Amino acid sequence: MFARFFFMTTHVPGDALVSLNGVNKHYGQLHVLKDINLHVRKGEVVVVIGPSGSGKSTLCRAINRLETIEGGTISIDGKVLPEEGKELAQLRADVGMVFQSFNLFAHKTILENVTLGPIKVKGVAKAQADKEAMALLERVGVGHQAPKLPAQLSGGQQQRVAIARALAMKPKVMLFDEPTSALDPEMINEVLDVMIQLAKEGMTMVVVTHEMGFARKAADRVVFMADGQIVEDAKPEEFFTNPKSDRAKDFLSKLLTH
Amino acid sequence: MEVIIENLPLYWEGLLRTLFLSVVSGIIALILGTLLAAARVSPVAALRGFSTVYVEILRNTPLTIAFFFAAIVLPRLGVTFQQFEVAAIIALSAYTAAFIAEAVRSGVNSVPLGQAEAARSIGMNFGQVLNLIILPQALRTVIPPLINILIALVKNSSVAGAFFVLELFGYGRQMANANGDQVMAVLLGVAFFYLLLTIPLGILASTVERKVAIAR
Repeated sequence: MFARFFFMTTHVPGDALVSLNGVNKHYGQLHVLKDINLHVRKGEVVVVIGPSGSGKSTLCRAINRLETIEGGTISIDGKVLPEEGKELAQLRADVGMVFQSFNLFAHKTILENVTLGPIKVKGVAKAQADKEAMALLERVGVGHQAPKLPAQLSGGQQQRVAIARALAMKPKVMLFDEPTSALDPEMINEVLDVMIQLAKEGMTMVVVTHEMGFARKAADRVVFMADGQIVEDAKPEEFFTNPKSDRAKDFLSKLLTH
Repeated sequence: MEVIIENLPLYWEGLLRTLFLSVVSGIIALILGTLLAAARVSPVAALRGFSTVYVEILRNTPLTIAFFFAAIVLPRLGVTFQQFEVAAIIALSAYTAAFIAEAVRSGVNSVPLGQAEAARSIGMNFGQVLNLIILPQALRTVIPPLINILIALVKNSSVAGAFFVLELFGYGRQMANANGDQVMAVLLGVAFFYLLLTIPLGILASTVERKVAIAR
């Protein structure tokens, strides 16, 4: 029974929300993504870890086509990612993205950062968008910062606004590309708390991170990448207590020595 | 000196004509230049190619050639106009647009790539990314070079004087011919009236620059 459940969760593309099939990418000579197959079900939280240069950020960015791919297909909710154009923009609106460097719009207030997408892309009325944005900002704990500019906020606050901005589009899946790597240590938890809450509420998430604590606490699956390949794909407790590959054992041992 | 006082109405008329030429050409060049810059950064290769070729040709040939083209070649191709002013405006705006395109492009490049990525990731299309996110932020770095280009435009409009368009320089030439003994004073007067236009532009530049500054 367990085996069957496990099989279903990891390898059945049928009910996958995000589906990568045989994805390949090169940067010149460097083969950054090698035949990647990954399927993320609705409501699943997948944490991608691995050493620098393993291709995990590229993988995350490829899912909403901020990186182009050379081979294979990526589909979101059954629709294959199209080339550049209107359709791609529509599909991107369904995929929330949170960046390492926050990337809040520097010339817009916190509130405008969150409302811009709903108003301009989805055509939501301003009053409605403002109301929803304020609710989201309250939820991530920065409601009182709404009239400020991004530069006036701390890194942790900016990243929580970035999460609210992505959520405002009511995405089907959220991608996090090392969301806490640019933060001071004391700000990491305030961002992780928001992400854990989001995971509990059933959001489908793909998280590239170095925060093993988050992986243990919130992940349904841990995907370990090295040299452009998915080396392991397992439940967190299984991966952390009993990694199968030497590559993963080596990676984990380096983490634990500090 | 009294030659300047005596001819004040002519100077004033010339100033207004120069102002008119500069403002009209400036507005056309700003629009055309921004479109060229947008084409330069667009995902469509043909647009990028066209913009590059246009900018390189206009930027690297003398303004006089643009004037000859507008005043002499265009009419032969069937594009005729009643006044030489129109030819002057075509030449000035076509020429200036190339410089504006370059300034806007460098401003666009000064906006961190992450801004465009974030905008694309919430589903904005190319036009929205450019108009709502990139250009407003590029404005800050673009203002100083843009004002330089507009100052150059005011001075460049004097070339129109050589093509039978009466503006500040053209009137200056007339007055110098009529007052052969006071050429120096006449030309100093012309220079002074050009400064009357260009110095305020420089002051405007620093004011606007302070206003559009964005904290990062």
